[in-house]
Amino acid sequence: MNLYDMLFAPLADFGFMRRALAACVALGLGAGPIGILLMLRRMSLIGDAMSHAVLPGAAIGFLVAGGLSLSAMGLGGLIAGLAVALLSGLVSRSTVLREDASFASFYLSSLAAGVLIVSLRGSNIDLLHVLFGSILAIDAEALYIVAAITSFTLIVLALVYRPLIAECFDPGFLRAVGGRGHLYHLLFLFLVVLNLVAGFQALGTLMAVGLMMLPAAVAQLWTRSMPMLVIIATMIAAVSGYIGLIVSFHFGFASGPSIVLTASTFYGLSLIFSPSGAFRRLLPAPRHLVH
Amino acid sequence: MTALAASPAMLNRGITLSDVTIAYGRYAAVHHLDGSFAPGSLTAIAGPNGAGKSTLLKALMGELPLASGTIDRGRLKVSDIGYLPQAADIDRSFPLTVADTVLLGAWHQTGPFRSITQEIADKARRALSAVGLEGFERRRIGTLSAGQFQRVLFARLLLQDAKIILLDEPFTAIDARTSQDLLALIHRWHEDHRTVIAVLHDFEQIKAHFPQTLLLARDVIAWDRTDLAMSGENLLRARAMAEHWDDTAPLCEAGHKHVA
Repeated sequence: MNLYDMLFAPLADFGFMRRALAACVALGLGAGPIGILLMLRRMSLIGDAMSHAVLPGAAIGFLVAGGLSLSAMGLGGLIAGLAVALLSGLVSRSTVLREDASFASFYLSSLAAGVLIVSLRGSNIDLLHVLFGSILAIDAEALYIVAAITSFTLIVLALVYRPLIAECFDPGFLRAVGGRGHLYHLLFLFLVVLNLVAGFQALGTLMAVGLMMLPAAVAQLWTRSMPMLVIIATMIAAVSGYIGLIVSFHFGFASGPSIVLTASTFYGLSLIFSPSGAFRRLLPAPRHLVH
Repeated sequence: MTALAASPAMLNRGITLSDVTIAYGRYAAVHHLDGSFAPGSLTAIAGPNGAGKSTLLKALMGELPLASGTIDRGRLKVSDIGYLPQAADIDRSFPLTVADTVLLGAWHQTGPFRSITQEIADKARRALSAVGLEGFERRRIGTLSAGQFQRVLFARLLLQDAKIILLDEPFTAIDARTSQDLLALIHRWHEDHRTVIAVLHDFEQIKAHFPQTLLLARDVIAWDRTDLAMSGENLLRARAMAEHWDDTAPLCEAGHKHVA
């Protein structure tokens, strides 16, 4: 098998692979900046909790549509995810529980309900598809939905970039100048859920968050400037999507784990070779500036 | 002061507190506080730990509900007040530059969406040079020392151009040189007839730089000219209050639900 057969033939020969690749690149474009913001807000694990929380909604959508339908599962997942986000926000404001604790309780209940619903009606294969994704299922409709969600995400992020960053960096200051930080916080949670939903089909509900957090972690190892963080995370996410797809095509692996494990490989390499990584520590320090 | 009272800068009436009690659950952190911060005054708030100093600033910012009483800010809204909370609240590893941070101070002009004009950028540059950080615009805040970062926050306050400025322990863990520079800024604000209120621990600093002092130990011990407020007798009383707080306090007689 030559390089062409390995890397490009699957795309040239199969329409579903081209669609899957387009979907993965689109997913990466949205997941990159969202992941960076989640990490900067110290919400890395909240993203994971959210991806579990959307499961019952996705499962109900899956049953109603009778298969992997991104629109039905997406709508259900969106409703379930937003409900959990709003409820845990409400609980943390009205009780002694902090937001992470209430998130944990809600997402665990939600995950259990989701698995129960799928196991009631679907087969094990169905459950695997919901949890880990299936590239074969990406049809034109799914691609449009993913592309629409990504476009929407990028436009909204561009619009609310300043208040969102201000709310991440110094929420007290934004509150003091009357900046309505909680509104942007909610809008951001909405975008997180929306992007998790977009990742359902290619990655599965459990893996969707992997394409957000791993590239964000990789980017943090390479740079500390905001624009570069977003650019690196987006590139890593998109490239992981491509490589993961090719790997899953040739070896028959589930696409979600393949894509996420590709991102993990980048993470592992960055841990060793990045400027703040293990390898660099063994080298002499670079010359510093005078002041 | 009477001559100043007619000038437009004096349209703000300062902040008047009447019977202000702030409680955490049933425990009063600030107890039946009456008095006012005159417009253009420069006041230090002193007192032992747990005396309610930070709590009072938060209440002035409208961040805490009052168990009793009212705070009258005159014509000013909470968002017109510049507030510098204790430093620990901000994540300094955040990937922002010094310029980004200072420009946040122009929020009232830029809002969430409007662009940063040349005029605002120039103001930010002047603010940075006023705090002694000329040319630091592109540095990431993660590379600054604690003192330099405090200077950045003061530059942000400068840009906010607020009529009332609240500072919560601005010089804790800051070296003498930086404190001196920032105190000079506070004096400049005072000369501009801005109302400045600062929570401080250093009695010498208060005596040297702050004309008015509110000595707080949950109750007001003294609220007066600094030389009168910081008398040895008052300081002893404040310390005694701090040492005698207990959990078995009776309910306050004023008819509400906190412990006296």
